[in-house]
Amino acid sequence: MTKQKKETIMGRREVIAAIRHSFLRLSPGYQMRNPVMFVVYTGAIVTTVLCFYKVEGDKQTWFVAGVALWLWFTCLFANFAEAIAEGRGKAQAASLRAARRDIQAKQLKSPEKRDEYLHVSSATLRKGHFVLVDSGDFIPGDGQVVAGIASVDESAITGESAPVIRESGGDRDAVTGGTQILSDWLVIKMTADPGESFLDKMIALVEGAKRQKTPNEIALAILLAGMTIIFLLACATLLPYSLYAVQKSGAGSVVGVTVLVALLVCLSPTTIGGLLSAIGIAGMDRLVQANVVAKSGRAVESAGDVNVLLLDKTGTITHGNRQAVAFHAAEGGSIQHLADAAELSSLADETPEGKSIVHLAHEEYGVTPRDMSSIEGAFVPFSAETRVSGIELKDTKILKGAVDAVEALVTAAGGSPSPSARQIADRIAREGGTPLLIARGNRILGVVQLKDIVKHGIKDRLADLRRMGIKSVMVTGDNPLTAAAIAAEAGVDDYIAQATPQTKLDYIKKMQTGGELVAMVGDGTNDAPALAQADVAVVMNSGTQAAKEAGNMVDLDSDPTKLIEIVEIGKQLLMTRGALTTFSIANDVAKYFAIIPAAFASTYPALLTLNIMHLATPQSAILSAVIFNALVIVFLIPLALKGVSYKPVGASRLLQRNVLFYGIGGVIVPFIGIKAVDLILVAMGVT
Amino acid sequence: MNMSFNDALQIFLYFLVLFVCVKPLGIFMSRVYQGERTFLSGALGWLEKGIYKISGVNPEEEMTWKAYAWHVTIFSTVCFAALYAILRLQAGLPFNPEKMAGLSPDLAFNTAASFTTNTNWQAYGGETTMSYLTQMAGLGVQNFISAAVGMAVMASFIRSFVRKNSGTIGNFWADMVRGLVYILLPLSFVLALVLVGQGVVQTFGSSVEAHLLDPLKTSAHVVNTQTIAVGPAASQVSIKQLGTNGGGFFNVNSAHPLENPTALSNFLEMLAILLIPAACCYAFGHMVGDTRQGWAILAVMTIICLPLLIFCYGQEQGGNPRLAALGHIEQRQGIYQSGGNMEGKEDRFGVVNSAIWATTTTAASNGSVNSMHDSYTSLGGLVPMLMMQFSEIIYGGVGCGLYGMLVYALITVFIAGLMVGRTPEYLGKKIQAYEIKMSSVVLLVPLFCTLLGAAVAVLTSAGQAGPFNTGAHGFSEILYGFSSAGNNNGSAFAGLGADTPFYNEVLGISMLLSRFWCMLPVLAIAGSLSAKNAVPPSAGTLPTHTPLFIFLLTGVVLMVGVLTYVPALALGPLADYFQTLHSIHQG
Amino acid sequence: MTMSSLRISILMWLSLTVIFGGLYPALVTGISKAIFPAQATGSLIRDEAVRVVGSRLVGQEFSDPDYFWGRLSATVPMPYNAASSSGSNYGPNNDDLMKTVQARVKALHDADPGNESDVPVDLVTASASGLDPDISIAAARYQAARVARLRGLTEKDIDDLITKNTQPRAFGVLGEPVVNVLMLNLDIHRKAAHATGGKR
Repeated sequence: MTKQKKETIMGRREVIAAIRHSFLRLSPGYQMRNPVMFVVYTGAIVTTVLCFYKVEGDKQTWFVAGVALWLWFTCLFANFAEAIAEGRGKAQAASLRAARRDIQAKQLKSPEKRDEYLHVSSATLRKGHFVLVDSGDFIPGDGQVVAGIASVDESAITGESAPVIRESGGDRDAVTGGTQILSDWLVIKMTADPGESFLDKMIALVEGAKRQKTPNEIALAILLAGMTIIFLLACATLLPYSLYAVQKSGAGSVVGVTVLVALLVCLSPTTIGGLLSAIGIAGMDRLVQANVVAKSGRAVESAGDVNVLLLDKTGTITHGNRQAVAFHAAEGGSIQHLADAAELSSLADETPEGKSIVHLAHEEYGVTPRDMSSIEGAFVPFSAETRVSGIELKDTKILKGAVDAVEALVTAAGGSPSPSARQIADRIAREGGTPLLIARGNRILGVVQLKDIVKHGIKDRLADLRRMGIKSVMVTGDNPLTAAAIAAEAGVDDYIAQATPQTKLDYIKKMQTGGELVAMVGDGTNDAPALAQADVAVVMNSGTQAAKEAGNMVDLDSDPTKLIEIVEIGKQLLMTRGALTTFSIANDVAKYFAIIPAAFASTYPALLTLNIMHLATPQSAILSAVIFNALVIVFLIPLALKGVSYKPVGASRLLQRNVLFYGIGGVIVPFIGIKAVDLILVAMGVT
Repeated sequence: MNMSFNDALQIFLYFLVLFVCVKPLGIFMSRVYQGERTFLSGALGWLEKGIYKISGVNPEEEMTWKAYAWHVTIFSTVCFAALYAILRLQAGLPFNPEKMAGLSPDLAFNTAASFTTNTNWQAYGGETTMSYLTQMAGLGVQNFISAAVGMAVMASFIRSFVRKNSGTIGNFWADMVRGLVYILLPLSFVLALVLVGQGVVQTFGSSVEAHLLDPLKTSAHVVNTQTIAVGPAASQVSIKQLGTNGGGFFNVNSAHPLENPTALSNFLEMLAILLIPAACCYAFGHMVGDTRQGWAILAVMTIICLPLLIFCYGQEQGGNPRLAALGHIEQRQGIYQSGGNMEGKEDRFGVVNSAIWATTTTAASNGSVNSMHDSYTSLGGLVPMLMMQFSEIIYGGVGCGLYGMLVYALITVFIAGLMVGRTPEYLGKKIQAYEIKMSSVVLLVPLFCTLLGAAVAVLTSAGQAGPFNTGAHGFSEILYGFSSAGNNNGSAFAGLGADTPFYNEVLGISMLLSRFWCMLPVLAIAGSLSAKNAVPPSAGTLPTHTPLFIFLLTGVVLMVGVLTYVPALALGPLADYFQTLHSIHQG
Repeated sequence: MTMSSLRISILMWLSLTVIFGGLYPALVTGISKAIFPAQATGSLIRDEAVRVVGSRLVGQEFSDPDYFWGRLSATVPMPYNAASSSGSNYGPNNDDLMKTVQARVKALHDADPGNESDVPVDLVTASASGLDPDISIAAARYQAARVARLRGLTEKDIDDLITKNTQPRAFGVLGEPVVNVLMLNLDIHRKAAHATGGKR
């Protein structure tokens, strides 16, 4: 169903482009957008200047230059992370853009007259214009089908090769620019101006051009800025403290500006600060790879917060159609007779239900297969009025349909309803099945038991959701009895039976009042109010324009189970930020042990006792910390792009694991890393 | 480090009795702040109602956070102004048997700031500066009020977790008056009487002349008498301990034998330091309907406090290495002496009770002392300094400590919440950009006051004149002073000559900034949280009562405190310590 | 809002000052006077002439070798100034502290040259208040032989007096056992007066 996710591998060209961008982004205007990295940037400038102007305390030019160089690298690495994340999106955007070439369109003066059109460029089409698209043509832009029916190849957008049907009126009237009509024709009313189409939005989104910070990202950025200010204070005040210490002890020299800058950069949460935007971009990118387009990053984040999931029964929890599983003869009738009649009545019935009755009769009840052409009779199609279907034979009629409808017809034909059949039908309904009555002439033969088939594996997925703390709610038009039985079988937590747009809306509102965040999937126009109300609303790409407007994400695969995947992507995005923040802060412990003794050794040599890593010299210690601080950004780029791994377990276990990995790990790793860098520096003779 | 059995037992007993008191007092406080009837309603209800009536307050009126903050600010300003006036004018006011003169403007400013902010930093010596009227109607009243204001803000903050989609956080006047009448007054009253029984003075009489048994022969003349300062001390000592005020009646605070005469009075006064701050945790859990939340917070505080206490004890009991190097001095603990570093300590308390007091008084923003922190060993003295630098949230001030710790909990929840893949929430309330912004302010202000204040001091000659000791320890004195003022503690490395215009003004400003620029953002957070809906807990919610969360919150508090102050501490106590080791090694 | 808030604030301050600054301390003082009259006024000790000779709780300076010496006191202008309590505030690394301690060790040795044992630390260090009324038992025992010799008393007599004036730990647990110097010296003074018919 879902096509294989394509993992974009970093190609050489992308890397080269990213490197180029890393340098281009060294402008102050660009750097100012990220307060943490701006501190590094300023530090790099200050130390670079110090290379040329010898100031008391910063006399060792090679050391100052070394620090300056690596501070520039730190900035570049952060830029690179962002650029490479955007590059991956760009590659995808490029393939999408291929679909958005200029298309010759047939613009209609009026939608009624299909033969009066002008050939125009798609770029000139505006919202409200009508176009005709014939077999083989590309659809020039997003629109709504106003006339015609056609099969459309949407693989350029969705990657799904099977064509889909688009027709006017109903829930399949939305078309996307860049897709191709394979057969028949459509008259389409344009719903977007050029450059604002769905495809354009999607391209902009994956390119990161229009990326807006999400609420949690903003909150985290504030916290990081706050921490940076704290460390700025701690480092800046060291200068007067050190002055005083030198003055009072009469020994050593005042701590140099280079050392203070190095200390500040190492303490500031540069790891997360440098990777923050890359994480955000990569998160959106993962969503795009799952073939979902979110209208905003906010929606992706909200997906991680969702605690109630509204799932349509049909298509999500059960296979789309009910299937016959048994025949039950009415009192006094024979089962063979019933099976035979049921098969006859359904021979011409092309619905999945009809087919399943025929199949059941052949396979389980030994009815000899027949061919419609060999039978003299006329098919009676299902109509909303009679609510029955069947076959009209020479002498008699065989009908099947809902219990009360068939009973009414039989009574009208002079027969009487069968109490035993009624009993059986009620029992089936109670157990969650759907009973169909079969009548020959004015006599009721028995009952066909239809049943919803719950999808394989759905139960496990719902159990996963529960472990994640998400309540699943099944939405169905079935009566409460049927709904309850399926709900129990599939293992959903709650259900809305006999759902109407209004009951869905009310349910969502009720949940929201209780503080829950609700996600739902929809496609039809009548879902629009509920979609608009839900916190996260995923609309099938096959859905109507109204539904797409109301939702905040569109699933190009039109896969109703996709919602679960979206929730996971949302969670992963937040987790990656949290994990790297923790890692970044935990790193500071080791950096202190490297820098503090080195910084004050000249005034208080006794402080060298704290040099527990036995770093070679004060200069190599500080340089090692700065280099480690820069390199760790590079090492963590893959993690930022891929996201930390997510498993559907409870919050406590998830936290435990992440704290262990990124918290405790974050304390230990830099001790090893800084020591290693120091050893290398010593080996290179840089001390 | 060897800890004698009896010393261990004293520490154990201290925390045992404390924790036994936490639950009943916590429940009582919770009920008081929710306006419920308690066993004291009958006895003291008239007093509460009377105060409302005289002041024209409608206790039922709900306030938005802005209104609440406004009333807090105006009221505190009035209190500040009134106290300043009393201090300046005390010479002409009654109850002044020792004929104390009015205070200088800068000392009056500093003292008024100090007592309205619950800091109770003493740039003055009580028995040599303050009239009895000033002590009672000025300082004593502020001891009550500043404590009650802190508790009121805490109550409104807790309320904001309970309320849903509400714009209000309670009534400031009602919260304050209830705290005063039902919690602080009865406890102080009982404690004061017990302390008098132990020997704490409580009299309106003037100082006493005693005829010396062994007259003092100085080069110039012979002194035959000793003037013993007395006064209404007990009534003030009890509230200064209970309300985490700490401003002593006498200069040396609870080291003074007439302020803290016996081991039992010492135990009770120490208990009073942490009693309400610890009970606040339980009251919090009780008010939000999940006492586990309160225990978790209390656990974090204790986990940080206890090891540092034991460390401090170990350093002090280990004695002064330089005295050991002198020879002929017995510093070891034995059955006939507590031994250890006894400079600046009282014999009746010994090392262990001095260490418990020093640690808890700085953990809580009390700041009273029963020993002289300035004379602690380098690392022993590091403990009280660090305790204050944790922003006074390890128990902290009454009310302030809890709301400060809850702000740290919000930060922790934010980071941890991200790690479980959800918009972080605490007790069902989503923690978003606004809360983080305000929390950052709460984190930042004390650091700002402390670090910047100390920087200004070391850069100016007026500031440099302050330290009494030399070298790294002199810097420690400055750093300690600003840590104390910047975190509203009030204790001192008392060698610092702080009664100068420079220190009075800069420290006074620090105290005011730190108190109110933490309180206002906290109220803003309360307003924001109160307006939010609550998310019901699920398996995806980060539980905030588990050992893991306790570990995380502890980690965040330690990281913020230690990471911020390590560089400065390296130039103070750490340098002092390593230098001492070094010099002894070489000498 | 400002005016009404200001009015409430002022009235509130007034009423709270009356209650907590007036009634509360007055009530505590009144009750204290009734049930703990001695303690409330400073635990004063009077001689036969009803003259105040000190407070049981406040230390006094003793420099005569025939008295027990107490802790060092850093109060100004003279030691044990009970009108202005103060500690030394010497940092642990302060050279002046070392000098003071050395001087005290020397003074103790000069007063009792034969005493070779190490000096208990509380005897060479200043108390926190400058008014510490106590010394450790070790500090008392260190001086016992000297006082006995100079007073012409037996060491047993002195030991008995030390024991008599020793305050044990409260409930056997809290605090440290200490000897009250003033009370001990008063006892010695009385006993010596009996023995010698009044030396002073």
